[in-house]
Amino acid sequence: MGGLLKEIYKSRTLYLFISPFYILFLVFSVFPIIFSIYLSFHKWDGIGSMSSVGFNNFNYMFHDPNFWQAMINNIAIWLLANGPMLVCALVIAYVINLSIVKFKGFFRIAFFLPNITAMVAVVIIFQSMFGNEYGLINFFLEKLGLDKIAWFNSSTGVRVVIALMIAWRYLGYNAIIYLSGLQRIPKDLYEAANLDGATMFQTFTKITLPMLRSIILFSVMMSTIGGFQIFTEPQVLAGNQSPYPGSETIVLYMFREGFVYQNYGYAAAVSWVLFVIIGLISVLNWKLFNKSDD
Amino acid sequence: MTAKKIFVHTFLLIGVIFSIFPFYWLAVMATNETSAIFSFPPKLVFGDYFLVNYHHVMDNINFYRALFNTLFIAITSCVLQLFFNSLTGFTFSKFKFPGSKVLFYLMMATMMIPAQMLLVPQFIIIKEIGWLGSYKALIVPGMASAFGIFWIRQYALAIHDDLLEAGRIDGCTKFGLYWRIALPILRPALAFLAITTFMGVWEDYLWPLIVLTDTSKFTLMLALQQLKSVHTGDYSMVMTGTLLATLPVIVFFLVVSRQFIAGIMEGAVKS
Repeated sequence: MGGLLKEIYKSRTLYLFISPFYILFLVFSVFPIIFSIYLSFHKWDGIGSMSSVGFNNFNYMFHDPNFWQAMINNIAIWLLANGPMLVCALVIAYVINLSIVKFKGFFRIAFFLPNITAMVAVVIIFQSMFGNEYGLINFFLEKLGLDKIAWFNSSTGVRVVIALMIAWRYLGYNAIIYLSGLQRIPKDLYEAANLDGATMFQTFTKITLPMLRSIILFSVMMSTIGGFQIFTEPQVLAGNQSPYPGSETIVLYMFREGFVYQNYGYAAAVSWVLFVIIGLISVLNWKLFNKSDD
Repeated sequence: MTAKKIFVHTFLLIGVIFSIFPFYWLAVMATNETSAIFSFPPKLVFGDYFLVNYHHVMDNINFYRALFNTLFIAITSCVLQLFFNSLTGFTFSKFKFPGSKVLFYLMMATMMIPAQMLLVPQFIIIKEIGWLGSYKALIVPGMASAFGIFWIRQYALAIHDDLLEAGRIDGCTKFGLYWRIALPILRPALAFLAITTFMGVWEDYLWPLIVLTDTSKFTLMLALQQLKSVHTGDYSMVMTGTLLATLPVIVFFLVVSRQFIAGIMEGAVKS
């Protein structure tokens, strides 16, 4: 025991070096987690005293149609955005990685550019492009002889626009991640396939996809977690009380309850449900991950 | 063979057009009158209304103040993150001490905590300690990050022990080993961390929205949202503001893009 204490004393400088992170961690993570559990069983407006309400916050949430609507919106936007986007990202990464492609550096940067654009700016640009009456997209639709679409009048339209914002912003990012995975695949596998006369499609499905499995699962997990954290798009699009159907997400619902209506206890309860959902998805993905290591 | 080459490059170019077009459209709108954009057919080329729009933006929001606020918060956060993360990452990679493993895995586990869950209690803490509406509320909670520490540690593992041993013989303190030997070697890792921190601050929205109360402290993204919500049909003004708030970070990205993308790809392989 004395030996250990001596060791600890000898390492005191090292503990000092790592202490800033752990101090921040205690103040801004550990304490908030404990506090938010406590809070989620209370009613509190931030000024008066807290009153214990048991499971009432959760009970109310599960009976609130707005909560379920937010959940549906969230899942719909997530599916619309990430399914097509991840497929496109993979195709783009595969094509950029082909040996015949010149200016690889240029393509990487050009596809990545949307990702560094702030979400607030993306929302403003897309909102103008998809304007109900005079939007650019509707102009092109008319040019093609199609009908105009009132994008912001239906929940499907709003969800599609939000999904496009997300897809546009993250396409290049995911393509870059896939590209790094592709570059790890040994070249001789492709050479052998070429010698055997495999087509591009065959090499893609028989070599590329299986070799990328873990990295694809990783990107699916990250985009799922991201999908349940959508906030900026609907908030910038329509403010705290969205006039657009189909745009309200769980985080926006929580934000409004907490920071607009000052229902801190209720907002904390919502955040715990969100945490459980994200946790379950992560566990599910980890299971799939481990399977791919067999 | 050449047909295939042309097909592949055309495919990629079409993709690039989709990727770049919204930027072009942003610039078109920022240089035209609102009526020109919303006319039918809309104007698809640059106009000469940029300066008029620019003055409208300046009349409606304190753009340069917001730019200053954002730069101040971004640069301060960068310096603090680089220092604390590299010191911690280096310590974890090159020293063994009681509890070092447990502490390291505990830190890694914190990456699993979703930020939204902490939002309400963090806001209450910030409010209770009286930091609401101050720069501190944005800078201090993000002074060190698990991702940053992990990132630096991965790099620092490659530092040769002989080098540190030589430093020790020359009478370096532990901090001296970090400052004189590790830091210069860690420069590429630090550069990537600086870029991600900078861009992260630039586009952060939710947290500033919650803790910044007074418009004089607003960051660019909040100012932009303010501009959008006060605009009275003056769309091209909003677009000019968006362009002004976006352009610096695009230029910054183009300058550092090679290093940045290399960093992203390296990170993907490691994870």
